[in-house]
Amino acid sequence: MRLEPRQSRPLLLVFLLPALALLTAGVICALLVMLSGASPFQVFGLMIKGALGSQFAFLETLTRATPLIFTGLAVAVAFRAKLWNIGAEAQLYIGAVMTVVLGTGLLPLPWPALIPVLMFSAALGGALVLAVPTFLKTRFGVDEVVTTLLLNFIVLLFVSMLLEGPLKDPMGLGWPQSKKVVADAQLPKLVQGKRLHAGFVIAILAAMLVWVFDRRAALGYEMRAVGYNSKAAAFAGIPVNPVLAKTALLSGGLAGLAGWSEVSGLKGNLTLDLSPGFGYTGIVVAMLALLHPLGVVVAAIFVAAVFVGADAMSRSAGVPSYIAHVMVALSLLCMVTAIMFTRYRVRWT
Amino acid sequence: MTRTATGERDTVLRLDGITKIFGALVANDAISLTLHRGEILGLLGENGAGKTTLMNILFGHYVADSGTIAVEGRPLPPGDPAASLAAGIGMVHQHFTLAENLTVLDNIVLGTESLWRLSSRRDAARSRIRKLGEDYGLAVDPDVTVASLSVGERQRVEILKALYRDARILILDEPTAVLTPQESAALFETLKRFVASGLSIIFISHKLGEVLAACNRVTILRGGKLVADHDVAGVTRAELAELMVGRPIPEAKSEPRAPGAAVLRLGRLSAARGLLSLRDVDLEIRQGEVVGIAGVAGNGQSLLADVISGMQQPSHGRLELNGATLHAVTPRAMVASGVARIPEDRHAEGLIGDMTITENVVSETYRSPALSRFGLIDWRKARTRAEDIISAYEVKCPSPDVPVRLLSGGNMQKLILGRVMAEGPKLVLANQPTRGLDVGAVSYVHARLLEARSKGAAILLLSEDLDELLSLSDRIAVIYRGRLSPLRERRETTIADLGLLMAGHGFAGGEDSHAA
Repeated sequence: MRLEPRQSRPLLLVFLLPALALLTAGVICALLVMLSGASPFQVFGLMIKGALGSQFAFLETLTRATPLIFTGLAVAVAFRAKLWNIGAEAQLYIGAVMTVVLGTGLLPLPWPALIPVLMFSAALGGALVLAVPTFLKTRFGVDEVVTTLLLNFIVLLFVSMLLEGPLKDPMGLGWPQSKKVVADAQLPKLVQGKRLHAGFVIAILAAMLVWVFDRRAALGYEMRAVGYNSKAAAFAGIPVNPVLAKTALLSGGLAGLAGWSEVSGLKGNLTLDLSPGFGYTGIVVAMLALLHPLGVVVAAIFVAAVFVGADAMSRSAGVPSYIAHVMVALSLLCMVTAIMFTRYRVRWT
Repeated sequence: MTRTATGERDTVLRLDGITKIFGALVANDAISLTLHRGEILGLLGENGAGKTTLMNILFGHYVADSGTIAVEGRPLPPGDPAASLAAGIGMVHQHFTLAENLTVLDNIVLGTESLWRLSSRRDAARSRIRKLGEDYGLAVDPDVTVASLSVGERQRVEILKALYRDARILILDEPTAVLTPQESAALFETLKRFVASGLSIIFISHKLGEVLAACNRVTILRGGKLVADHDVAGVTRAELAELMVGRPIPEAKSEPRAPGAAVLRLGRLSAARGLLSLRDVDLEIRQGEVVGIAGVAGNGQSLLADVISGMQQPSHGRLELNGATLHAVTPRAMVASGVARIPEDRHAEGLIGDMTITENVVSETYRSPALSRFGLIDWRKARTRAEDIISAYEVKCPSPDVPVRLLSGGNMQKLILGRVMAEGPKLVLANQPTRGLDVGAVSYVHARLLEARSKGAAILLLSEDLDELLSLSDRIAVIYRGRLSPLRERRETTIADLGLLMAGHGFAGGEDSHAA
């Protein structure tokens, strides 16, 4: 068996193979489900019902997708310029910290002023968190994969310190949590009595903006050029290091917005379990979307549906909800394999 | 030579009716050829003529759609590189396949030993490599890492790798594309030793002079078909060129022309990067003249080109463009001053392979008011510009929206020419502008350079091809260890003069100081 590069990429293949990839991932998951003694049809049925089967379930999936759209965009923007930002988790938490520092009464502003100020501050906080590793990379050649990854742990400990100290809610019965943001800082719910909030709409708008920016803006062009071939970009006169710095600000800012949206839209305050790894899952989302900004929205909703569906399923079917992690990981592996098959053909000899 | 004029020659390799089709493209169309023992067969053809496909079929990387291969009379199973290796076919690729962080010994032995062996027979391998090196004049220390070797030495390792596996038929794919003329000459001597000891060689090239110098017989492919099979005796370059391209090739002619005012002036300019340095370079290029820079590779040409393209800030000295001293030497400043920069390496520096033709065409000018407003690029205008360049510079492509990596080398170079020359440059920096191109593309590039000259541009041509320098330049200088010789008129210069200068004679501290 050998791989031969394809001369052309048939359009049908480009759409068919990802669908086939997801199907394959599903089949492998079905085998695992059978191994744990349950019926795959029942389990998948429960998952789909739990994720999409009712208005409540569907809105819950979109709620879960909201932070993933922001972190997925953050990762996609950075990866396009080959800036390997593994630190969306840290940027998200700093965005959340900025939101509760300024949003719990420090700024006595009405909501039309307060919400934009909080968004900007959260984005700025996230941007600065990524700016430091990027500066170290462009100036001293320090590998940003290592620095952004390790910063996640440093920032989480820093947030833990804040929540035990200056940011601790005096009325919080001793729990490590911050005060609630004021009513003017909170985002309206999209559906009365449900958890889905305006952050979802802003996430979609952000995806469209990033898409237009990527296609039309000179800076978007520069980012792609630097990502594809930084040497040729430099030769053509594109200032590589400043472009990487701007990429870092944009990427970190988007991840910071994830933190803002979770606090202002959903939780109301900051706790250490604000994000169950949204920053890391953002990497999976971005890769599944092939780094396309609009694809990020679809991929984020898919990944959120798998997680929400698996939670609901495990309550009634007794299969551990870890199956969601397996399924997302398998989808990614199958997708990567499918992409390879759009570029190469297999020759059996 | 084992070859005799009259006797029957053994056929070691016979290809019969090989056809390979990729989609709509017939890469090989019923090609039959034979290789005799002790013969160097030149396989000549333009880029895309089907040479590499044919050799990949022979080596088992591709499976032919029809046709058979026989080695020493025995049929070769298709699509099995291991079988090709076992049959004694060794291939030296144009782009080397060496692990740079391993030693020469490790690279050569890699893959030849059983995976189940616990120890490797390094001592035996080392002495065998030494012996092969001595027998064929391919001496390389087996214990140095490949990263520390020069390009010529790496090629020797590739050849040793094939010989170590008892190759009887050696295929060399464009072996001289990365070599200096001196290294090429040494390679040809080595090849003659090989055939004298009974090996047979297929020499793939598109350089006519080399095929005539190195080969006994030449086979020409054009558009996937075999169009000629000749003994080299009695064939001229012009005949080969016409067979290869399918039409007569115009030779570039440089008409005498009175030069104008100075465009570029370097005054005692120095620069350093790593081990490379430029020292006190003085140079003046005037409107309407071509100044050629000769030199053995690695004597500072790339650094000089990097300074003029804005990639390297000089450490001392003056750089004047159009009479004004330039302080910040950056790519943008150079483009803004009207310098058309043709880089040495199209793939690494010239173009971004994964971006479209349109995106590549505007990579130097996308910030100009004509193409963007408020930080947004007008892609419709950019696409129109790309279409103009595609038609004006005869770039063969399906549309401006395809990724550049799908273009052939010649079309890539035309695209770069179009990008940098479309706006009427004042200075053209052409760094190895025809390296790796086929005959048709070479003559195209030459014609465009001379056209720019006749429009009054100053042209700085850096090349390792002395024929090219002598046919295009008005004045020539030689670079040696970072120093530049004074310019001399082309008419008063011979290849022999240049050769002496290239070896350091005539430079302060060069070879001549011992003799004088």
